[in-house]
Amino acid sequence: MSDFLANNGGVFFALLGAAFATFFAGIGSAIGVGKAGIAAAGVLSEDPSKFGKVLIFQLLPATQGIYGLLVAFLIMSNIGIIGDPVEITGLQGLLYFAASLPIAFSGLFSAIHQGNCSVAAIGTVAKKEDQMGKALILPAMVETYAILALLISILAIFGINAM
Amino acid sequence: MAQTDYTYAVARIRFKETALLSDSDYDILLSASDAQTCIRNLKDKGWGGNAENDSAEDLISFEENNLWSFMTEIVQDKSIFNFILVKNDFHNLKVAIKCVTRDVKPDDMLIQNAVTSPELVFDAVSKREYQRLPEYLSETARYAMSTLLSTSDGQLCDMIVDRMCLSHIFHLKEIYDSDIIKLFCELTVASSDIKIAVRCAKTKKSLDFIKKALVPCDSLNIEKLAQSASSGYDSIIEYLSTTEYKSAVNALNDSMSAFEKWCDDYMTEILKPQKWEPFSIGPVIGYLVAKQNEIKAVRMILSAKINHIDDLLIRERLRKSYV
Repeated sequence: MSDFLANNGGVFFALLGAAFATFFAGIGSAIGVGKAGIAAAGVLSEDPSKFGKVLIFQLLPATQGIYGLLVAFLIMSNIGIIGDPVEITGLQGLLYFAASLPIAFSGLFSAIHQGNCSVAAIGTVAKKEDQMGKALILPAMVETYAILALLISILAIFGINAM
Repeated sequence: MAQTDYTYAVARIRFKETALLSDSDYDILLSASDAQTCIRNLKDKGWGGNAENDSAEDLISFEENNLWSFMTEIVQDKSIFNFILVKNDFHNLKVAIKCVTRDVKPDDMLIQNAVTSPELVFDAVSKREYQRLPEYLSETARYAMSTLLSTSDGQLCDMIVDRMCLSHIFHLKEIYDSDIIKLFCELTVASSDIKIAVRCAKTKKSLDFIKKALVPCDSLNIEKLAQSASSGYDSIIEYLSTTEYKSAVNALNDSMSAFEKWCDDYMTEILKPQKWEPFSIGPVIGYLVAKQNEIKAVRMILSAKINHIDDLLIRERLRKSYV
């Protein structure tokens, strides 16, 4: 085991980071989109003409999963899993792992809460269609924290490259 | 009862809430020249669906059935509504006992929207096969029937059934997780106790009878309420002034229907904040109670129009709007 980690530890931890980013942010998005989808289906069963509007709300929590995927791609391309093979040390691997954590966990929790917020906003649009703009801003605010986490993850990954 | 997510149900309710009658809709209905104009206005607001319901009774019964079929469609576990529907079971039991002992058919006196099939209740009572009824009805049916047969006292029979109904509603309070349902059960029992106490005081019933009629609840001290009722109406008012129902005193002094309006308005005020809950049963219960109040109000308006009763009298009795 110790030989394996000594020879492949860098790739292992970096790949674990890519998996964390995809896995946790993806789970968050799946829960958020799922919840908003249930609420959207409820509104559509009463008024199918609101499909376009409720679809936007349902898609809002989907972005965290995409951010996780983006970070995973960046890590994988930097460690040579995608593209040309690259030698990375155990320390670099651990740093990539650490770089994936902001989007992994911020993605998980922000997507779930954005989903909850989207559900409430769908309720607002169901009652007052003309309040679509205001209702959209509220769940979009949650996105801020996923973007901040994405920014830190990306800056960290590029910073590791430059080391 | 396990916590359930009502996201889908609440989303559908959000849309339905927009179709509830507002204060201005009630004004239009009250200013209508006759019942037919009222019915036309209600149909314009979506009442009656596409069916040909030209009579007031058809329109109201369509809306009642439509409400329950909608409610049972949007939630997976229909037993969540038992705390409201169970009253209809006990009503059906009273109808069955009275009809069986008088050898008459129940016709349309049985309420279809109930926890237990009204046909089963009637059949079990008529064949004296009480064991076919659910536990909460079987013993009540047996006891109420034997009391009626031995005493021929219809009022006593009604009291037994009503008491068991309220006891069962109070028992249901322990089963549900939802605070709003617990509150609804508590208010149902407490308001019934107040009404029973007032009626007993006005008809000068004995303390023993009053104690038997009242059902224990958390917000009232039944012992004190019974003592006050046996002392007279003023003692009830005095006691209520020391409880959380002191705001009901003015309504009680006015009339019993004013008190009933106070109870409905009190519940509506409690339910209003539930409108903003996106995941809990609260908005579903809020809509259900609001729609039932709306049906009650429309029935009142239509009856007033048919019987040429003054609008002012009806306006005083109209419940607060949920929307």
